[in-house]
Amino acid sequence: MGCKCENNCADQKVQELIEIIDKHKGKKGALIPVLHDAQNLYGYLPLQVQKIISERMNIPLAEIYGVVTFYTQFSLNQKGKYQIRVCLGTACYVKGSGKIYEELKKELKLSGDGTTEDGLFSLESCRCIGACGLAPVIMINDDVYGELVPADVPDIIKKYRDRK
Amino acid sequence: MMYKSHVLICGGPECTKSGIAEINKQFERLLREKSLENEVKILKTDCFGLCEKGPIVVVYPEGTIYSEVTPDDIKQIVEEHLVNGRIVKELTLGGKEAKEALKGLEEVPFFKHQLRIALRNCGVINPESIDEYIAKDGYRALGKALTEMTPSEVIETMKKSGLRGRGGAGFPTGLKWEFASKAQSEQKYVCCNADEGDPGAFMDRSILEGDPHSLIEAMAIAGYAIGADQGYIYVRAEYPIAVSRLNIAIEQARNYGLLGKNIFGTDFNFDLELRLGAGAFVCGEETALMTSIEGKRGEPRPRPPFPANKGLWQKPTILNNVETYANVPVIILKGPEWFSSIGTEKSKGTKVFAVGGKINNTGLVEIPMGTTLHEVIYDIGGGIPNGKKFKAAQTGGPSGGCIPAKHINTPIDYDNLLSLGSMMGSGGLIVMDEDTCMVDIAKFFLEFTVDESCGKCPPCRIGTKRMYEILERITEGKGEDGDIEKLETLAKNISVSSLCGLGQTAPNPVLSTLRYFRDEYEAHIRDRRCPAGVCKALLRYVIEEDKCKGCGLCARNCPVNAITGELKKPYKIDSDICIKCGACMEVCKFGAVSKKA
Repeated sequence: MGCKCENNCADQKVQELIEIIDKHKGKKGALIPVLHDAQNLYGYLPLQVQKIISERMNIPLAEIYGVVTFYTQFSLNQKGKYQIRVCLGTACYVKGSGKIYEELKKELKLSGDGTTEDGLFSLESCRCIGACGLAPVIMINDDVYGELVPADVPDIIKKYRDRK
Repeated sequence: MMYKSHVLICGGPECTKSGIAEINKQFERLLREKSLENEVKILKTDCFGLCEKGPIVVVYPEGTIYSEVTPDDIKQIVEEHLVNGRIVKELTLGGKEAKEALKGLEEVPFFKHQLRIALRNCGVINPESIDEYIAKDGYRALGKALTEMTPSEVIETMKKSGLRGRGGAGFPTGLKWEFASKAQSEQKYVCCNADEGDPGAFMDRSILEGDPHSLIEAMAIAGYAIGADQGYIYVRAEYPIAVSRLNIAIEQARNYGLLGKNIFGTDFNFDLELRLGAGAFVCGEETALMTSIEGKRGEPRPRPPFPANKGLWQKPTILNNVETYANVPVIILKGPEWFSSIGTEKSKGTKVFAVGGKINNTGLVEIPMGTTLHEVIYDIGGGIPNGKKFKAAQTGGPSGGCIPAKHINTPIDYDNLLSLGSMMGSGGLIVMDEDTCMVDIAKFFLEFTVDESCGKCPPCRIGTKRMYEILERITEGKGEDGDIEKLETLAKNISVSSLCGLGQTAPNPVLSTLRYFRDEYEAHIRDRRCPAGVCKALLRYVIEEDKCKGCGLCARNCPVNAITGELKKPYKIDSDICIKCGACMEVCKFGAVSKKA
């Protein structure tokens, strides 16, 4: 980690954030690359992070907030440890990914996209992950599960629950 | 070093996901065991396009294709094929049924009808090696353009070839370049749209991951033609492999002096930068994409001024899609006459389709323009699974439409698809069988556009939402007389008054399904019936008396206690209580529960 302070890990991250901003500064249209890197660092883009970017890049906070909320890749909320993405692209949809999504909601006790109370899972419907040959497909972090039927869902979730 | 055999392992996204890392490891281990590591070379290539049968391994010089390979199969392939020279027939593609193992890619029906120009190097070379690309004539076209041709000759070649944009609307590429070359400015830009957002299309991903240098070469040629020294590739962040291979390729090209200053010893300078998209479908629209590169909300701008005059940072800019660029080096090398000899009168060359949905062979298919839908679905795609009937093919994604069975013999090109009420789009081709409800599909696409509308102009933001609400009502059995007419009026108004292509084409899925499947809409509205049996609210679950053994399993599994009866006598479902979850149908061991439309 290289963090020498007692318990100021937040400061350490802020330091890294500032380095990210300075690395991109001066480049034309640098805001989106900065946001990408900042999200990689924090996992999401809380207001505090946006404020630092705003001050350091001299861009109004409202404009940054506008950009963050425009693109689906950027998130204002913390995501679960395991991020489940259900492909609802056309090929998957025709092959019944809607039912997989329903089953996941039931299994995770969510009413739609969101994060479970224990913070273990977040569910997200997405458009085409480009694996149409395996339809219907879900991704959990970097693992891909293809050719699914709703009955497969409980076992898959259990695997991650057991792992914690 | 000379190798006796080459083993090509598909490193495409779908095969990667089905575990080729383990296969690779097995090969390396077994080859070491047999001391063959200096005689057999393992190459990780990219997508062969036969994703349904993956993971794929091809062994040269024989050209034997092993399909659906598992790590356990490797021992047999190494011991039999690589040591003893005997092809393991039962592991080859179609091997179990075929009398003789197929000898090469070109013999497989899936490949026989194809002509690979844009995908020429995918699955053939190692995408992370510039030397392999150069060995396949790579960067020769750039050399020829820079040293033997003037910029206007390059543009003339592109115009003569008849190449049209592969990303959607099909605008002639040469013409676009000519506009930008005539614009007066100190600074110009070349952009590539690699923000492949159409659900169901992944050909650009395959080129980016399988042949990134062809894109770099083509963009440099475009830069030379219009007088630009800087290019941007706008690529989806959802494609991490593509991003990393592009970065590697750009670095290699710089090291070889193929990007940077004084390329090929001329005074032409050109460099490239990657910009990551952030998940907004509208950024596939050219002006929105440029706004996004500028670091803002990716909202489209009114045209004119067109990007050829005022694009990125208000400078003259050309934007082409990945597949369009992939054609450019071949056209420069083989000449415009060769290219324009392929295809139909107004659509030249080939088009890559991502074939998916209810079809046996899903995957990428590159066919000459003018090939019929029938050939794609039956000769290449292997037909519809489970003996179902073909109902329609959807092309052009959320901007396109459905082509019904009666037009299955139409040659595919830009103009024919348009006249059928669909469009080429980026090349997603989703096959639907009789179990697909066309109203539901129209609703699906509308939901997509409602979600992805950027919100800048009201016709798209509000109009598509209203259309979606009507469709939702219809599929819930609450349709009213006059709904179809309302949809048609809204559709017309949205398409003429929206600011950009997203809104202008958003009503297409509804219009085309109304055109060919109006009776299905009417059945939903008037008879409260979904002929395909998809729309949940319109279904009725019933227990067939003669099949029911009276075990009571359904009643115990019903979450709302809608099923009643006595043991050993037929049970009954009360449709007023039933929530149509289908649990009874899933648990019944005798197939006594059925859905009635």
